[in-house]
Amino acid sequence: MAISDIDRIRAILARVPDPEIPAVSVLDLGIVREIGANAVTITPTYTGCPATIAIEQSIRAVLDANGFSDVAIATTLSPPWSTDWISDEGREKLRAYGIAPPPKGASAASLKNQAAAECPRCGSSNTEELSRFGSTPCKALWRCKACAEPFDRFKCH
Amino acid sequence: MDALATYALRLGDDSLILGQRLSEWCGHAPALEVDLSLANVALDQVGQATHFLNLAGELEGEGRDGDALAFRRDVMDFTNCLLVEQPNGDFAQTIARQFLCSHYQLLLFEQMAAVKDARFAAIAAKASKEVAYHATLASDWMIRLGDGTDESKARLVAGLDWMWRFADELFLMDDVDAAAIKAGAGVDKVALRAAWDARIDAVLAEATLNRPAPRRATTGGRIGRHSEHLGHLLSDMQFLQRAYPGATW
Repeated sequence: MAISDIDRIRAILARVPDPEIPAVSVLDLGIVREIGANAVTITPTYTGCPATIAIEQSIRAVLDANGFSDVAIATTLSPPWSTDWISDEGREKLRAYGIAPPPKGASAASLKNQAAAECPRCGSSNTEELSRFGSTPCKALWRCKACAEPFDRFKCH
Repeated sequence: MDALATYALRLGDDSLILGQRLSEWCGHAPALEVDLSLANVALDQVGQATHFLNLAGELEGEGRDGDALAFRRDVMDFTNCLLVEQPNGDFAQTIARQFLCSHYQLLLFEQMAAVKDARFAAIAAKASKEVAYHATLASDWMIRLGDGTDESKARLVAGLDWMWRFADELFLMDDVDAAAIKAGAGVDKVALRAAWDARIDAVLAEATLNRPAPRRATTGGRIGRHSEHLGHLLSDMQFLQRAYPGATW
């Protein structure tokens, strides 16, 4: 397979949205681990993430639709996905969508990272955590004390 | 099923049964945030169970996958520890169970992430990040309820007292554990006990609770001797496959 095919697959995958956060693509989130000659390797964000199967199905569908039905999809668990794999572009898209992105390099500190999230609406750091578990496995529920709006924060993981 | 497959099965059964128990709270928790928390923890547990049970089926080599193992076995074939099958009781009892279990799982998975067998290590490395959140959630609630009102404290003391008798079983080891350690997949659970005790005691102190009085350990889950509660849990969880065997969609 020529390099251009790998580039084509990359461009196709850049348009596959995450089923639960459609503002970002599977590439932005770091779910696509590797694009090879014979296979696209993906990794789940959380072991029980219900989107995992949907993501695999959408990737299969766009590969087939673009003439790459001979490219397999492989899944790997190791090394485990972390929020540090979310691209800079992905972080900006999350913020614009109303979800505070995880700070870079926070995954190692994970839970110990208690720094206040920046409100994606008004930018204030005068915020508080309402619940560490939110509407999906990857999000926590926060509230901005400056503009009084609740918002989701992508959990450090 | 050989020892290594059984080892994976035990890990999967612990997570599956705990996940099923927690999911019973969905729509019933005392507050929306709590409902979301418990549902999230349940989802993580079921996710971990899927990986461990699929691995158990793969190691067994008889064509059973995680779904077959979850939905087409009866009570005596389940190998989960007795702690995870205990009824939810009230919210305090649920938190006491989660507290004891999550700190055990966290220590176990942190160690297992470094074992030689890459299949076990990969699942454990992912699971340990999730379980760290569960342990923090449970510890926070232990402190809020224990150091809360007279009512919340009394309920938590009662819930912890019930769950405590099932804690020793978490650290029991038998031939299956020995074989798994020899194969580079298992963890020396006895060696985890001191660290677990220290973490439990630290949270209990902050929660202004005393460690429950030692009592004779209740064991048997690993060899299929369960409380009556598991059968009821399975009749609910396995309803669809019992009514429509082999159904898929």
